[in-house]
Amino acid sequence: MKNTPTLSLRVPEPSGRPGDTPDFSHLKLDEPGAVARPDVSTTPAEMRDHAFRLIRVLDDQGKAVGPWDPKLDPETMRRGLKAMILTRAFDDRMHRAHRQGKTSFYMKCTGEEAIAVAQGMILSREDMGFPTYRQQGLLIARDYPLATMMNQIYSNAEDPIKGRQLPIMYSAKDYGFFTISGNLGTQYVQAVGWGMASAIRGDDKIAITWIGDGSTAESDFHSALTFAAVYRAPVILNVVNNQWAISSFQGIAGGLETTFASKGIGYGLPALRVDGNDFLAVWAATQWAEERARTNQGATIIELFTYRGAPHSTSDDPSRYRPGDEHEKWPLGDPIARLKQHLIGLGEWSDAQQEEAEKEAVEKVRAAARESEAIGTLGQSRPSVKTMFEEVYATEDWRLVEQRREVGV
Amino acid sequence: MAEINDKIEADMVDQKDAPASVAPDGPAIASMNMIQALNSALDVKMAEDPTVVSYGEDAGYFGGVFRVTDHLQKKHGLNRSFDAPISESGIVGTAIGMAAYGLRPVVEIQFADYIYPAYDQIVSEAAKMRYRSGGQFTTPMVVRSPYGGGIFGGQTHSQSPESLFTHIAGLKVVIPSNPYDAKGLLTAAIEDDDPVIFFEPKRLYNGPFDGWHEKPVSPWKAQELAQVPTGKYVEPIGKARVMKEGADVTILAYGTMVWVALAGAEHAGVDAEVIDLRTLVPLDIEAIEASVKKTGRCVIVHEAPKTSGFGGELSALVQERCFYHLEAPVARVTGWDTPYPHAFEWEYFPGPQRVADALKAVMTGGR
Ligand SMILES: Cc1ncc(C[n+]2csc(CCOP(=O)(O)OP(=O)(O)O)c2C)c(N)n1
Ligand SMILES: [Mg+2]
Repeated sequence: MKNTPTLSLRVPEPSGRPGDTPDFSHLKLDEPGAVARPDVSTTPAEMRDHAFRLIRVLDDQGKAVGPWDPKLDPETMRRGLKAMILTRAFDDRMHRAHRQGKTSFYMKCTGEEAIAVAQGMILSREDMGFPTYRQQGLLIARDYPLATMMNQIYSNAEDPIKGRQLPIMYSAKDYGFFTISGNLGTQYVQAVGWGMASAIRGDDKIAITWIGDGSTAESDFHSALTFAAVYRAPVILNVVNNQWAISSFQGIAGGLETTFASKGIGYGLPALRVDGNDFLAVWAATQWAEERARTNQGATIIELFTYRGAPHSTSDDPSRYRPGDEHEKWPLGDPIARLKQHLIGLGEWSDAQQEEAEKEAVEKVRAAARESEAIGTLGQSRPSVKTMFEEVYATEDWRLVEQRREVGV
Repeated sequence: MAEINDKIEADMVDQKDAPASVAPDGPAIASMNMIQALNSALDVKMAEDPTVVSYGEDAGYFGGVFRVTDHLQKKHGLNRSFDAPISESGIVGTAIGMAAYGLRPVVEIQFADYIYPAYDQIVSEAAKMRYRSGGQFTTPMVVRSPYGGGIFGGQTHSQSPESLFTHIAGLKVVIPSNPYDAKGLLTAAIEDDDPVIFFEPKRLYNGPFDGWHEKPVSPWKAQELAQVPTGKYVEPIGKARVMKEGADVTILAYGTMVWVALAGAEHAGVDAEVIDLRTLVPLDIEAIEASVKKTGRCVIVHEAPKTSGFGGELSALVQERCFYHLEAPVARVTGWDTPYPHAFEWEYFPGPQRVADALKAVMTGGR
């Protein structure tokens, strides 16, 4: 007789839904400073544990503690703080611009600013970044003109990519910012190829790429890890675990069984898991991975543990699937507030300076908006229609020539 | 201009107070938009047949980004309606396994533009399972996906990839153009013993869109084809619908373009017969042949790019079967052979003006 139980399907569910009190008690958070910093030549097997710990530098009082403290000079930290403030101000303005009907779509990175800003500052523009739509901070940290970002968002006549892409799908080759694809995960593996090319050519550039927690389910993520490990590709593989993928919590991508960093272990990659809201921890971990990549020791996977504070996009309403105040209850705080507190503790910053910096950011964004909106918002201004038929190929064939004529341009 | 957002928000508002599910003692017919009609088809089939399961990205708890699977999890349980990891190949691959086991999975690919990671599973596996196993294994499953443009979605929320699937032996391809057909055809697709690719014209979810994009959006309510039985019914796969009878020219269209074709004919003042193909594979060749032999002229309209689009197949069939009845060359009105550009939505989208121009050309281009 059969003595096994009836099989049943497990479908993961988050700890809270609308109306529930946010509950983060299940998170195992290491104390700041508690995780050791291995030498960059440590083998993946020797540092397995790091995939399950959480590297933190800033403590609750804003002091930098432990072996991962990158000991940054105050000026660098102030630059980082200002870039994060500017990123947030830009997001707020463009989210509003969408509400005002000036564009079709927008996506914010609220709460995740430390990641792209710190990493954008560490690597050079020669090192190609393969971002998702939530790394606008990379461009902002590198002083990319805000008005040009807006021109892209408005698909106006000065949009550098000629109105072809959905808003925020920037492309900025000179700033180490690869053209963003709307198709999730595809670029993760391309970054590995870019790094391999640098190695094939005996160059010194490395690649860096990002993927969301949800998108790690795509096959391309797994192909990327395989190729990166096999060829010891000079690339930094980030997983931005912001807990949500539109309405699906990270458990739907496998986050209940293990960490996203630990996905690297099976592929033989060194893995770090980092507090993504801690500017200094992000900085230190990225530097570790950078050194490894630059010295021919290959790729590192870094899970950046954070929280998506904003709706997924302007088309989304998170109050339908998660507790309303989850973001405020996030135990790892806000990256801007935490770096600010740290600088103030060092005597290198003040509330007044913060207020001033915030005002300055809003003013910068306003000035950029004036400049961009003078050219035009979506539909008011756009590139010439004939550009629709250009750059499909290096040279147009007869079909495109005929079709362009049919449109009369 | 915030059209994607408006669309999605409108969907949410529409759905919030009106779950379009069967109420045993409710009315037999209800006015439904396309989302509600599709939702009703799933709901009715899931209630009737315990082997039907529905899943996809955001399609469980939240009910899908377009709300088509709303309430299904609450009503039919986590086991039967759930969220999937963001892996289209995983979604379709597991559906194949389930179908081979004996379930009837209906999976959602969030946008047709994201179906490509699943292409291998669909083309090499689902389509060929029956044939290669000598009938031992079959894949009765439906892959649902919103497709098409008109919502300022840029190149990754606007594509019409139907011809990539009509080309594959073993797949059926269904595209409804209104709530009534959406429910009846989805029901038929779920009951079909072969894999069905079911594309939902997202621009039509909330109302018939005729391509005159500056006109205010009209709701489904006013349309006869939005009066939908709340209970079960089936619209057969493989049958076209004559949307409007006419004497002078046949327009072959499907999805959003059915409404654009009607508007184009009206604009041109031509007595066109508008045929909604509804199913691309298997195709209702009799309906096409009968109409073209009657009118002697044929204009084909689709949103997908021209080269190797389904219009090429239709044009060849018409030429093969109706050559001696044709008064003018068959014409195609299609999207251009470019990616779908964000800024040029309405230059790319083959609207009623282009349909009207083609109709006039066909009417005057006699032999
Ligand atoms: C291949 C593919 N499938 C689905 C989508 C639709 N989609 C866009 S964003 C998103 C969620 C992504 O979540 P995550 O990877 O966690 O990134 P986050 O948005 O949280 O930064 C989905 C499902 C897509 N863009 N591409
Ligand atoms: Mg996420």
